[in-house]
Amino acid sequence: MTSGSIHLNTDIKERVSSFLVGDRKRKKIGDKVFHGLVLGTAAYTLFIIVIVVFSVGVGSAKIFSHEGFIGFVTGTNWNAVEGRESYGALPYIIGTLMSSGIALLIGVPMSLGIAFFLAEMAPSRLSSPLSFVIELLAAVPSIIYGLWALFVFRFLIKDWIETPLYNTLGPYIPFFNQAPFGLDVFSAGIVLAIMIIPIVSSISRDVMKAVPDTQREAAYSLGATRWETSRMAVFPYGKSGLLGASILGLGRAVGETMLVTLIIGNAIGPSAIPTTLFSQSQTLSSLIANEFNEASSDLQLSALIGLGAVLLILTLIINIGARLMVSKMVKVSPGVRE
Amino acid sequence: MGKKDKLSGEKSRNASSDYRQIFHEVSLKHASRRRITDKIISILAIVCVIGAIIPLGSILLEVIKNGAAVISIQFLTQPPGSIGSDSGGIGPAIQGTLITVGLASLIGAPIGILSGIYLSEFAPTGSGKGVKERAISFFANTIRLFNDVLTGLPSIVIGIVGYVTIVLAINSFSVWAGAFALSIIMIPIISRVTEETLKLVPNSLREAGYSLGISKSKITLFIVLKYAKDGVLTGVILAVARIAGETAPLIMTILGTSLFFTGLTGPVDALPLKIWRLASQPYESAHAFGWGAALVLILIILILSASIRIIAHGKGIRVRTGTI
Repeated sequence: MTSGSIHLNTDIKERVSSFLVGDRKRKKIGDKVFHGLVLGTAAYTLFIIVIVVFSVGVGSAKIFSHEGFIGFVTGTNWNAVEGRESYGALPYIIGTLMSSGIALLIGVPMSLGIAFFLAEMAPSRLSSPLSFVIELLAAVPSIIYGLWALFVFRFLIKDWIETPLYNTLGPYIPFFNQAPFGLDVFSAGIVLAIMIIPIVSSISRDVMKAVPDTQREAAYSLGATRWETSRMAVFPYGKSGLLGASILGLGRAVGETMLVTLIIGNAIGPSAIPTTLFSQSQTLSSLIANEFNEASSDLQLSALIGLGAVLLILTLIINIGARLMVSKMVKVSPGVRE
Repeated sequence: MGKKDKLSGEKSRNASSDYRQIFHEVSLKHASRRRITDKIISILAIVCVIGAIIPLGSILLEVIKNGAAVISIQFLTQPPGSIGSDSGGIGPAIQGTLITVGLASLIGAPIGILSGIYLSEFAPTGSGKGVKERAISFFANTIRLFNDVLTGLPSIVIGIVGYVTIVLAINSFSVWAGAFALSIIMIPIISRVTEETLKLVPNSLREAGYSLGISKSKITLFIVLKYAKDGVLTGVILAVARIAGETAPLIMTILGTSLFFTGLTGPVDALPLKIWRLASQPYESAHAFGWGAALVLILIILILSASIRIIAHGKGIRVRTGTI
């Protein structure tokens, strides 16, 4: 080793250390600036929340002063003709709840089945590629679900499910008694179910995996079968997490816009209240999407934003409830703290 | 203490042997029925998995089959022809998606990453003793809750926000409004992934930095963030893939047009918006174009999702495409 390289080494070392350590004063100021910066960006979230509440509130003020909050939420008319303007959100609230309800009735049991398979049955060789495929389903944009539902799935569901149901049950149960068309609240519910399965099943799988193995071993040691183990030891332990996952799926279904717009049939006014499973209907979000660009008056625009306000309140209740339940089970990994 | 433990231990042993006996009798009685139930449930679970994969297969198949038929250089680069004709293409929509998503990422990625850094490095989760620590912890938990709330907001509501705050203010549908709305969707996703990734960085690395007298900002940026850069990057790509397919907020912000980009304060088109408008038209040629646009969009998103997998591969990064 020559003296030159030693000299170079110490030179670099000095420069590196002066860059990293700096002098004390600059270091303090730098840290303060950085702390302020990250604090500010974190607080930006608060700012966004304020902006959301403000925008929806200001945008819908006109309709709520015109109809009153209760009047708007319970009204069934949707009339934009000048002089006879009347707006009510009730049909769309019912349409939203009904399509999401169908989605939940079909999607949640299927998701639990998938989660059970991934967490309890499949060897990891099979379960990790399968999880990937199912999460891929979650990455497909909802507009593409909508396109597929409108041009492909609609005919399949009409011919294979709706028509047989109508022919066999229609004459006896009024709930099924309407000639199916493919564009109705039932098809919307089914496609929504397909859409929420990835999120509900992947969170449910995480919840089941978070259940300690000692729970399972205890049940197995008593001679329980795999299903009995899950029923007695895994599901009860992860109950709140599984419930939370389902409610999170409900939140997704309630807020979903594009695929519903394409397949629910887009009825307006009192006729949008679904009286049978195969009625054309409308949800809060689909009506907003359909009419926003065609709104003829400020009042109509305000009414559409009012629908957004109702939707906001609905999803806030659902989501906060779900998060509270999931966070009880699956905590963010604690990591390391100073 | 020892005696008490022993006692309760004996008691629980007794209880468990009781249960064991009951269980044993029950299991002998219904052994075959229980086995059959187990089999049936297992088969049902497999049916559920297949039932979820069939729609995915069908969607991909239809998009590729119908989309590939219309893809051409002209389709990818030309503006749309007259309504109902099969000339022209979706050039403005592709360009608009790139511009809007790009601008949204420029706004959303830095804010999301820095906010995640704050939550991981500057806000301890444990309940501290001092008033100041408790205040910080409360503030951070509030931010986390609001991030979750933002993630759960319907995208159409975020569109309304973009409309009221920007479109009404500058009196024009604009790229800015669309990018602002999309950035609201991005920020909570990136912030959360960043926080979770940074928390996995071993504390010894930070301590090594402190022991050399390096300032906290430099430790965070050049040691912690550098160590976790792959995880943070997957979070950003995840968010980009998510907003690339968003349609609802764009209806009320960028509006959609058949012209190429003219400026950040004017309307542009976007792929998901184009698909919606085309699907709503009564023409066969429009539907064919819709499938073509869907193929382009799904390719963009699949490439993004695949790159997440490649980055994350073998590095212990947990990725949840689209389920955040």
